Amino acid sequence: MSLWAKHEKIEKNATLLLVLSLVVVSIGGMVEIAPLFYLENTIEKVKGMRPYTPLELTGRNIYIREGCYVCHSQMIRPMRDEVERYGHFSLAAESMYDHPFQWGSKRTGPDLARVGGRYSDDWHIDHLRDPRAVAPESIMPAYGFLEQTPLNLEHIADDLVANRMVGVPYNDEHIANAKIDLISQAQPDGDNSDVDALIERYSTPFGIDPEAPNVSARAFDRDPEDITEMDALIAYLQMLGTLVDFSDYEPMADANLR
Amino acid sequence: MSVHDHKPEIDAATGVGTTGHEWDGVKELNNPLPRWWLSIFYISIIWAVGYMIAYPAWPMVSEATRGVLGYSSRAELAEEMQVAAKAQSQWRDQIRDLDLTEISASPELARFATRAGKAAFAVNCSQCHGSGAQGAIGYPNLNDDDWIWGGALEEIHDTIRYGVRNDSDDARYSEMPAFSEMLEPKEIKSVAQYVLSLSGLDHDPNQASQAVEIFADNCADCHGEKGEGDVEMGAPKLADAIWLFRGDSDSIIRQISTPSHGVMPAWGEKLSPTTIKELTIYVHSLGGGQ
Ligand code: HEC
Ligand code: HEC
Ligand code: HEC
Repeated sequence: MSLWAKHEKIEKNATLLLVLSLVVVSIGGMVEIAPLFYLENTIEKVKGMRPYTPLELTGRNIYIREGCYVCHSQMIRPMRDEVERYGHFSLAAESMYDHPFQWGSKRTGPDLARVGGRYSDDWHIDHLRDPRAVAPESIMPAYGFLEQTPLNLEHIADDLVANRMVGVPYNDEHIANAKIDLISQAQPDGDNSDVDALIERYSTPFGIDPEAPNVSARAFDRDPEDITEMDALIAYLQMLGTLVDFSDYEPMADANLR
Repeated sequence: MSVHDHKPEIDAATGVGTTGHEWDGVKELNNPLPRWWLSIFYISIIWAVGYMIAYPAWPMVSEATRGVLGYSSRAELAEEMQVAAKAQSQWRDQIRDLDLTEISASPELARFATRAGKAAFAVNCSQCHGSGAQGAIGYPNLNDDDWIWGGALEEIHDTIRYGVRNDSDDARYSEMPAFSEMLEPKEIKSVAQYVLSLSGLDHDPNQASQAVEIFADNCADCHGEKGEGDVEMGAPKLADAIWLFRGDSDSIIRQISTPSHGVMPAWGEKLSPTTIKELTIYVHSLGGGQ
């Protein structure tokens, strides 16, 4: 009984209550969160995963800026209905270079974790210009202005540096060549473009065969003349969910079960 | 005013002790928590301990405890998928093993495949081809018998499996040249009138007649001498009023000068061979199958 009587001290002293609550909550945090950083099996070992190219990364920034995540999740849960609609469930590995991740839980529109390759670039252009043109019942806003907005290339190297600081394995060469890599991917036929170098930089260091790369370069918005925000966003969308090589992935292997 | 330093006492009316707090003569009773509430509280704690033993819970040095039930959401999914596959195996195993003509020859199998194909179409194809496969500008109508790449079962199957003008090596491919660099603007204008005349649409007969030769020299190789189209080339029939793109003269002029080309994903990379067969039977059944 005397222990319960002492509890009254905590209840009557707001500062003490706050401090002790913090202690309790941080124990919970330490037990639940900290191990994710040292446990080997938090992130599956897969082939094909690589950091985003500068163009894809900029597209991702536009995705976040425009609030696409407000209506779209990027996380296919291991449930039959989701797997049958969207494809293989999402792996932790697939969002390991996402800062912040885009899993989300609000699905006003469909999940986008594996939207890459499902549609043509033309379809994405039509859909972003006017979603009602291809999906008459759609309530998605139109984003046609992205096509008229030239992409700002000024901070692309800084963006890679910031991602490196939080653990994305960009090396010095990626950072030094960020701008030219971006241009090469959106304008493969441009005067200064060097697609082979881009592919080399985003395959070999990550154990991907440069003969079978998972980077594709083209004028994503159909207009090779200038690089717009539409180019970057479509490059990002067309890459989503296509990186991991599932022919090499064993879903029932012990290390992959959770 | 409130007073906190009263001695706890027994309240005469209820027989319950007070806390010693008093506000203007109103005292606070020190009732214990209801027993039912407390019981649930303690049972939840015991339940949580049991749960932690039964299910994956505690992160240890190299991995988390797996729980004595050995539960895994991913293994559960695999099992669920297997059960579902088994429930349909009576039909789907046959669809997997038989070829397309055999499937369509069996009324029962064809009926099942058409339904399954319709469901898969709604998920994967309707965004481009429309929910009733009626098509849209740049995306062909699949209900009619006007085929760009052929309307026989095998041809439809290959179109769905490999797609059109995508990154995959097996994709169907063809390209219409940009005639803005080969023909004069005037010639393009008149050949557009000729194209309109082929399907009996409103046109300028003078201009059209000037373009007979231009068409024979530049277009007939792909679109056929009378504009009947060629599925080998993926060149649409022009002698009908069914358009992949738009059918007004400005749009036709644009198509001849700087052509648009349809792109369709390769579904063999995303869907199972059985699903592709079901889609084929469904599309073939829509009315235009050959
Ligand atoms: C107001 C909510 C909303 C916002 C914001 C939104 N969307 Fe959508 N989105 C939808 C809905 C609803 C659909 C389904 C209908 C359709 O296809 O338009 C959809 C569909 C899509 C699809 C097709 C997915 C599929 O598998 O069929 C893509 C791709 C997409 N959105 C991308 C985006 C991008 C990129 C942005 C940000 C620039 C965005 N959306 C912002 C609601 C939204
Ligand atoms: C990204 C949009 C898109 C999606 C999604 C799509 N298609 Fe297509 N499909 C097209 C386009 C564009 C063409 C016309 C290609 C051309 O211009 O030659 C086409 C052509 C076809 C054809 C050949 C038509 C003909 O006249 O020969 C068939 C059959 C077909 N699609 C079936 C499907 C099926 C089945 C699905 C779903 C699994 C599907 N398509 C999904 C865009 C799409
Ligand atoms: C090398 C083959 C080739 C040649 C030569 C060619 N075309 Fe085409 N044409 C195509 C293909 C392929 C398409 C369809 C593109 C697609 O499926 O997206 C097409 C589409 C068209 C269309 C659009 C049809 C529709 O349904 O919307 C018109 C109109 C057309 N061609 C007219 C012409 C004319 C006029 C000429 C000659 C000046 C010509 N083409 C020469 C291959 C060719």
